[in-house]
Amino acid sequence: MTATSTASVIACRHVWKIFGSAAASVTALQDVSLEVLDGEFVTLVGASGCGKSTLLRTIAGLETHSAGEIEVDGEPVAGPGVDRAMVFQNYSLYPWLTVMGNIKFTRELAAHTRDRTSADVEAALGRAETLLRVMGLTAVARAYPNQLSGGMQQRVAIARALMSRPRILLMDEPFGALDAQTREVMHDLILHVSELEGCTVVFVTHDVEEAIYLGRRVVLMAPRPGRIDSLYEVPLPGRRTQDMKNESAFLRLKTQILERIRATSGIKTDLELLQKLSRRG
Amino acid sequence: MLAALGLLLPLAGWLAVTLIGTVDKVFLPGPTDVARRVASWFSDEDLVSDVRISFYRVVAGWALSALIALPLGLFIGTYRAVQALLEPLTDFIRYMPAVAFIPLVMLWIGIDEGAKIGIIFIGTFFQMVLMVAEDVRRVPMAQIEAAQTMGATRGEIIEKVIVPSCKPALLDTLRITMGWAWTYLVVAELVAANSGLGYAIIKAQRFLQTDKIFAGIILIGAIGLLVDQTFRLIHRVAFPWMHSRA
Repeated sequence: MTATSTASVIACRHVWKIFGSAAASVTALQDVSLEVLDGEFVTLVGASGCGKSTLLRTIAGLETHSAGEIEVDGEPVAGPGVDRAMVFQNYSLYPWLTVMGNIKFTRELAAHTRDRTSADVEAALGRAETLLRVMGLTAVARAYPNQLSGGMQQRVAIARALMSRPRILLMDEPFGALDAQTREVMHDLILHVSELEGCTVVFVTHDVEEAIYLGRRVVLMAPRPGRIDSLYEVPLPGRRTQDMKNESAFLRLKTQILERIRATSGIKTDLELLQKLSRRG
Repeated sequence: MLAALGLLLPLAGWLAVTLIGTVDKVFLPGPTDVARRVASWFSDEDLVSDVRISFYRVVAGWALSALIALPLGLFIGTYRAVQALLEPLTDFIRYMPAVAFIPLVMLWIGIDEGAKIGIIFIGTFFQMVLMVAEDVRRVPMAQIEAAQTMGATRGEIIEKVIVPSCKPALLDTLRITMGWAWTYLVVAELVAANSGLGYAIIKAQRFLQTDKIFAGIILIGAIGLLVDQTFRLIHRVAFPWMHSRA
């Protein structure tokens, strides 16, 4: 809906992140610059250790950056904020609360309940009901998370993140632990919901197909040191359907990105080494 | 079913060994002798008040240590600085044998009820602090970070995430340390006691009343089992979400 807007919501400029100190230091992010536009769905993909999760967590404010600037809506990031909601891979739900309790958890926090009027309370209740319906959770509203399948648990996590109408949804391999069929369902669901909510999404994954199917833009990161390698505009219409995965444009981009990941990940040199060893043996 | 079998089988074995009669009763009295001793203890020697005073000492010592260990463990588990400050000391003290503190306890607290409670406190407190801290540290990081991204303050994270998240583990810790408190009972009642189950065992030793020693030990075991089951029941009632898997 906001595709025409060109204002950037997230701006990372020359961001560095160095873990540890001196001799034992690891450069997780090296001079990363990235702009994410309002309402955009951007996916971060790359081999393990490329810093994609670190970049996401730094934008979330869960990690501090060592140098550079990160701005959200023109304001420098100085910690987590309610404008940026995050969905984790797993174990983030509160098992002692029901599905409804989890979704309404933000209502327990002072950050969301200042100047509360009865109209606000009613609006929040309505919001929770709407999210339950949109995410297909109405039937399990009273269930506890550990009574649900992995896919249903992630639906709850997404609904909870959306409860306070965040501008930005940060997703850290949210479907990484789900089976392939459940994943496809979740892909269409998250595309639908993010469009409905009009929020900007930054989505981390190691699955190239997932990255292309979901993203308008795919950001490819490379490891050692973690950095942005290349950017790809996805040449598909805004509204995605599963059959697009068989289109030649989709497959071409997939091949191109996979080759680039192989080239940057160091797996290739490992393979060469393996061949050399087997020849010797 | 199996649990009942696990208790009855050793009892049957015990009965069999004593019925064969090759072992002197001074060394191994039979189950019937012990049962008779429990009955006479109840009718002639005020078993009820022995149980009551021992129960009081154990619960008081254990509750006192829980009262301090729970908040302290929460702070050690939550704040790195508090951990660095207190954990080495706690680790150091917990290796010291509680029994060896008896002379000091007598010197500092005296020889009345406080001393017995003090011994049980020393025996359980230092372990309990470390277990509570560990329970707190086991709270999944994702639960805490999710709250942070939802704008929770530090206090809110402790109150609304860490505490409810580790409550079931804390109850288990309390259950386990209650068991330890009972094992320190006999030691505690070494200190100028003239009542209690532990005292009765020590006195029976002096008069070579093996059946009474057995009776005392078995009574402590039975009470322990009962307390343990009560804790498990509370666990099931208080944390339905843990016991209702799909």
